[in-house]
Amino acid sequence: MLELEAVRKSFGAIEALKGIDLLVARQELVFIIGPSGSGKSTLLRCCNRLEEPTAGRVLVDGVDIVSPDVDINEMRRHIGMVFQSFNLYPHLSALGNVTLALRRVLKMPRDEANERGRAALDGVGLAERADAYPNELSGGQQQRVAIARALALEPKVMLFDEPTSALDPELVGSVLDVMRTMRESGMTMLVVSHEMGFAREAADRVLFMDEGEVVEAGSPARIFESPEHARTREFLRRVTGH
Amino acid sequence: MGGVALRLEALSRAREAADVEALIYNFFNLEVLLKVHPLLLKGFWMTIQLCILVVPLGIAGGLVVAVAYSFHVRWLNWLLIAYVDFFRSFPPLVLLILVFYGLPFLGIEVPSLIAVLIAFLLNTASYYGEIFRAGIESIGRGQREAARSTGLNGIQTMVFVVLPQAVRNVLPDLISNTLEVMKFTALASVVALPELLRMGRVAQGLTYNPTPLIAVALIYLALLWPIVRLLSRLERRTMAKR
Amino acid sequence: MNRIAENFFDLEVMAKYLPSILDGVLVTIQLAILIVLSGLALGFVLAVVRAFQIRAVNWLIVLVVDAFRALPPIVIMIVFYFALPFVGISMSGFVVAWLSLTLVLASFAEEIFWTGILSVDRGQWEAARSTGLGFLQTLRDVVLPQAVRLTIPPLTNRTIVITKSTAIASVVAVPEILTQASAAQAFSANTTPLMMAAVAYLVIFLPLVVLSRWVESRFGWKR
Repeated sequence: MLELEAVRKSFGAIEALKGIDLLVARQELVFIIGPSGSGKSTLLRCCNRLEEPTAGRVLVDGVDIVSPDVDINEMRRHIGMVFQSFNLYPHLSALGNVTLALRRVLKMPRDEANERGRAALDGVGLAERADAYPNELSGGQQQRVAIARALALEPKVMLFDEPTSALDPELVGSVLDVMRTMRESGMTMLVVSHEMGFAREAADRVLFMDEGEVVEAGSPARIFESPEHARTREFLRRVTGH
Repeated sequence: MGGVALRLEALSRAREAADVEALIYNFFNLEVLLKVHPLLLKGFWMTIQLCILVVPLGIAGGLVVAVAYSFHVRWLNWLLIAYVDFFRSFPPLVLLILVFYGLPFLGIEVPSLIAVLIAFLLNTASYYGEIFRAGIESIGRGQREAARSTGLNGIQTMVFVVLPQAVRNVLPDLISNTLEVMKFTALASVVALPELLRMGRVAQGLTYNPTPLIAVALIYLALLWPIVRLLSRLERRTMAKR
Repeated sequence: MNRIAENFFDLEVMAKYLPSILDGVLVTIQLAILIVLSGLALGFVLAVVRAFQIRAVNWLIVLVVDAFRALPPIVIMIVFYFALPFVGISMSGFVVAWLSLTLVLASFAEEIFWTGILSVDRGQWEAARSTGLGFLQTLRDVVLPQAVRLTIPPLTNRTIVITKSTAIASVVAVPEILTQASAAQAFSANTTPLMMAAVAYLVIFLPLVVLSRWVESRFGWKR
């Protein structure tokens, strides 16, 4: 469903991604962990070309989105993204946030867009907050609206860029619940996060990245119980505090 | 002794009465006003027309400047800053006279209204441009990225996500500038455009009485004072939020 | 091209009228400096008086300040110059221009200072008063230092806009740059003097505008 081939990204002299190969199968949940500055977010942002890869190919459902003749705006609606800082539009209600792209990109009539938007909000448990503005919602609610905004476009893949790290601990659970439901309904997901518990429980595969490379990859059990590389062990030791 | 004092007091009272009479005769002369009111009315409509033309023109010009700036093309931004600063250093009256008397020397004959509009557009677009630019810069990158990730193109992102927030952030500055622009229209009297101030002076010349000038001032007050009040309120509110 | 050179950059005309334009520059600078000094001082005093919150006084200040913010400066100058003599108040063009723009600048400055004073948190007043500082001491040592910093960028911009308006003094016969240039233009039937005036204004004001950009980034509102 999502395939990266030798993706490189440099910022000036700094090489953030040193040739990444990755295949995310349909309905798979792949988790990326690693220290900050390891290139995880850059990798995610290359998957919908918020960052232009310097080299390599990114295939979504067989279409190379890096190719110059692809309509990136048409492709992006198939690739949902959820941001660390939610990035809800403060001047629009929850429903307005969800329906903007439906109306402007999919050219849906207002009624139809509202209907689909309400269904998406219902899906994240916020049907009754449709008319609330972002500043009237808790962080967890805002992030769920952001998820609904992406889901309403019925994407083929969802990208999560540290979706819970801006949240107070007691609000993390509600967002993870939504992600768990998405996983159960068969969404293809690529997640950058520090929620190791969630990775262990829900991920099909875990990738450990460091310094712009995938150091090792495998089932959660293998990565967390018996990591092969010293760098992986060192990282896990630090984040789990053992 | 007492008689002298009494007589002096009576005299000064008489003089006061005469002063008040002179004031009313010169500044609030209803007879004069009745005679010249068609002139003032004509001038008033011209002023309103000028405002209706100049304000939207300036806003449109300013938006073009600010949106062009938001692409962050280095040479273009240098050019835009140079344009803005050039016209911010230029008294609008000088610009008006230069355009009005300069264009014919270039062999370009335009109606005086058009000359006035050109001069005001050049001036006000630079101020509006600077305000919109600050507004757009105040919107974080995440907003654009969220919008682009749902498939909105650059223009849709600007129109539906960035500008609505930008305008709200700089609303007091926008209104303040609009007030300035409306005040500028009085400068057109210098190049004999028959707007309110010009007509007031013509009326004064016809009647040898300054009542029309006082009337003009009062009309400007009635027109612009509500904006001043609104502005004070808005400014206080934004400052309180800081 | 020739036509532009002849009508806009005629060297002979330039040489002939340079002295009178330079005289105009001196008048403009004098006028501008006087306006800035008296306008800012008056505005500051009005804002401090307003801080005493005496209702009748405040009403009066707001009324006057609002009026001078709403009226176009050219209307104020024309009323002062052409209407006031009818009731026995005669002033020279220079005094009219100085007084009008001083009142305009003072009005805007008062509003800016006052907004700055209001923006200082109530807790600052309470903390200062709780340590035994008097009203004026609190205003001078605690509130104003914080308020003034906030007011610098808008004040700079407003001051530039209003000193630029000295060009309007040409309608009340003050021999400043624009007056001199217009007269020279009429004598020579050539646009060159106006171009010289334009350059003179740029030389005076462009550095100020660039400075204001720097001030904005240095003291800017933290949005």
